[in-house]
Amino acid sequence: MTIVNANDVILRAENLSYKYDSASEEDFALQGLNITVRKGEFIAILGHNGSGKSTLAKHFNAILLPAGGKMYVAGMETADENLIYSIRQTVGMVFQNPDNQIVANIVEEDIAFAPENLGVDPAEIRKRVDDALKAVGMYEFKDHAPHMLSGGQKQRIAIAGVIAMMPQCIVLDEPTAMLDPVGRNEVLRTIRLLNREYGITIVLITHHMEEAAICDRVVVMEKGQIATDGTPKEVFAQVEMLKSLGLTVPQTVELIYMLRKEGIDIPLDALSVEECAEAIYNVLKPVGRDNDARYN
Amino acid sequence: MLKDITLGQYFPGNTPVHRMDPRMKILLTMGYIVILFVAKGILSYLPIMIWLITAVALSRIKPSVILRGVKPLIFVITLTAVLNMFYTPGTELVKIWVITITYQGVYTAFLMVLRIVMLITGTFLLTYTTSPIALTDGIERLMSPLKAIRVPVHELAMMMTIALRFIPTLIEEADKIMNAQKARGADFETGSIIRRAKALIPLLVPLFISAFRRADELAIAMECRCYRGGEGRTRLRQLNYGPVDVYALIFSVLLWGAAIACRSIAI
Amino acid sequence: MPGIIKTEGLSHVYGKGTPFERKALDNIDLEIERGEFIGLIGHTGSGKSTLIQHLNGLLKPTEGRVLVDGKDIWEDIRKVRDIRFRVGLVFQYPEHQLFEETVYKDIAFGPTNMGLEKYEIEERVYEAAEFVGISREQLFRSPFELSGGQKRRAAIAGVIAMRPDVLILDEPTAGLDPAGREEILARIRDYHAIRNTTVILVTHNMEEIARNASRIIVMEKGRIRMTGTAHDVFSHAEDLRDMGLAVPQITQVFLRLREMGLDVDPSVYTVDQAKRKILKMWRDVHA
Repeated sequence: MTIVNANDVILRAENLSYKYDSASEEDFALQGLNITVRKGEFIAILGHNGSGKSTLAKHFNAILLPAGGKMYVAGMETADENLIYSIRQTVGMVFQNPDNQIVANIVEEDIAFAPENLGVDPAEIRKRVDDALKAVGMYEFKDHAPHMLSGGQKQRIAIAGVIAMMPQCIVLDEPTAMLDPVGRNEVLRTIRLLNREYGITIVLITHHMEEAAICDRVVVMEKGQIATDGTPKEVFAQVEMLKSLGLTVPQTVELIYMLRKEGIDIPLDALSVEECAEAIYNVLKPVGRDNDARYN
Repeated sequence: MLKDITLGQYFPGNTPVHRMDPRMKILLTMGYIVILFVAKGILSYLPIMIWLITAVALSRIKPSVILRGVKPLIFVITLTAVLNMFYTPGTELVKIWVITITYQGVYTAFLMVLRIVMLITGTFLLTYTTSPIALTDGIERLMSPLKAIRVPVHELAMMMTIALRFIPTLIEEADKIMNAQKARGADFETGSIIRRAKALIPLLVPLFISAFRRADELAIAMECRCYRGGEGRTRLRQLNYGPVDVYALIFSVLLWGAAIACRSIAI
Repeated sequence: MPGIIKTEGLSHVYGKGTPFERKALDNIDLEIERGEFIGLIGHTGSGKSTLIQHLNGLLKPTEGRVLVDGKDIWEDIRKVRDIRFRVGLVFQYPEHQLFEETVYKDIAFGPTNMGLEKYEIEERVYEAAEFVGISREQLFRSPFELSGGQKRRAAIAGVIAMRPDVLILDEPTAGLDPAGREEILARIRDYHAIRNTTVILVTHNMEEIARNASRIIVMEKGRIRMTGTAHDVFSHAEDLRDMGLAVPQITQVFLRLREMGLDVDPSVYTVDQAKRKILKMWRDVHA
């Protein structure tokens, strides 16, 4: 286990607890939660509705403050009022509803919103707007009206609007929930690119298994606590546990799991379609016979 | 259905009128309105008409489009014309039954109609050639001196921008809600005024609730992007007066001056 | 006996004569039998939303006819509104249409518009509430006090309460988590089984449709590209993939296995089917 270098850590929750005002005494949305996210990670927080994943996400940029325990963003404590804007500039947030994040009538004006708030110099704002739009692949739309765009395009605009702040981390709270498959792919491709090419830490809150499967690390939440934490392969191998939490697993994993139950020795960590097909092929290949049907 | 409403729409372009600083356009429009009411007599109107025609020509907006704005007010215009024609005292032109139409009446009616039409077309010219963003920017900068007397200029401008941004979205949503309620048998078309007003409840309640929810979510999203009011905000777009603005100003002053001078010349 | 819903040469053009003119439906011929459970699938822009709005008379065809029980619904324009009580349409995110003071009153909106007697309305409201799993106690609360999932079920109840002969649901599981999705689908399945209502489920999710529909209709660019049972449609999995539709993972695995040289039928769309097929092949190989 590597020792976590303090400079490496972008998000750290220590014994974090939270209760919504309207809830009863015992109804904690988060209970004594500990989690550490390092810079450059691409992490999914998975859980059904009510598991506390959105509540946790809102602590990452001080929308909510801890009722118990502490939350640190790049070493800054979220409870400290004076640090709020620094914290929010460090960790940006993208929400579920694409429309309700866009402020301006023209795309580039909306991207400029955050740097304008930060008092950035106009020439620099121009540069950031252009760069952000290019990073999400929406540069040709810079003069368009947002309401004419598709859901996936609007979410990319929302992401660009956050990038324009030059944050170190972006938290996305179920960003694809209201999108069609095309839009969903656009968003997932964009955030993966931002992580791989720009080194931005990405925290993806979701209940879609296929989305969690593309991340480097999956954290599963249940009743305000962390149920399991590991790579997608490690997590999805725990099929029974996930099912008991009201979650599903990708069909590939489920198939292999059921084949194993029938006694076939097939590796459980074949997550993608390609890996799954290969694992099955290997098991079905007639023993001792050269199979000349080659594939590319 | 509702999507077809075009409220003072903006037609993008690169004409001199489009390129003018919005502040100058707003100020000149205001000046234009004042001059229209100050003008007296046909000779006085003439320079103003020249001003309007030049502006429309330079903007390359088709006259038919400009005059479209007049259509909804046809009733008011006709009423004004008729009232002026029938009730202005003076030299009799023709007498129909008990109603006397005088020369002065016709003349006054004509000028009244002209004034209204010019008023509408001049104002619409502003919205046709200036994008909503530019308009709110212009208004915000013009009003900024009012900050000294505690007028929340930035907040008002922000409200205007957001309202403009959400109008098409809310119209789309209203359409959806109407369809959903119609699918359950709602009838928005038939019945007395009262009945139709009541029928709007299944449309307005969800729409309002949705609008409040949007406002909530938007506010949080804005705060996540470090919004903290107008203090210390810079702007992407800088407004700068240019040569076009100077020419426009000189042109306007000359013509309007002529209009004022011609007031005293009676026909 | 003619199908309960039929379209003949149905076309719809939006914005005819404007620069935004767009043909959303192109000559659609469709026949749906009583009691069928149809899955309607297609991209955004394929015309599915436009089509379903024609089936309950919200949109008028620019060409062609829509027939319910053999009669053209636009023959008598005054009767079009009545069609909406027979062909119930639940839009996406139906919880956004809730407006009444109590859940009861909101569910009663449809039946009230039908001009029913008070006792009939009451009967239908209770029946619909039970179908979707809304308790008596919840019926007398404000709809805005309910959770997201409950609101959605209340909205669906509002349409079921009209006792339509045909129930059309546009992406009823949109935005729900896996448990929520399965719950709604189970209730729709039960409703279909108990009342034998014709059901049309519009969705992007191939897996949902595969598990529930007896017949699938695939639309693309305003036309019907394919129609048939799940087995039929999924045997053209490559075509579906080319249309940009997300074929279930299991189907993709089998397509890949076939590419790799195995002699498999790729019209497999549930994990259970896949397991059985693979087990059989494994036993054959290792016998």
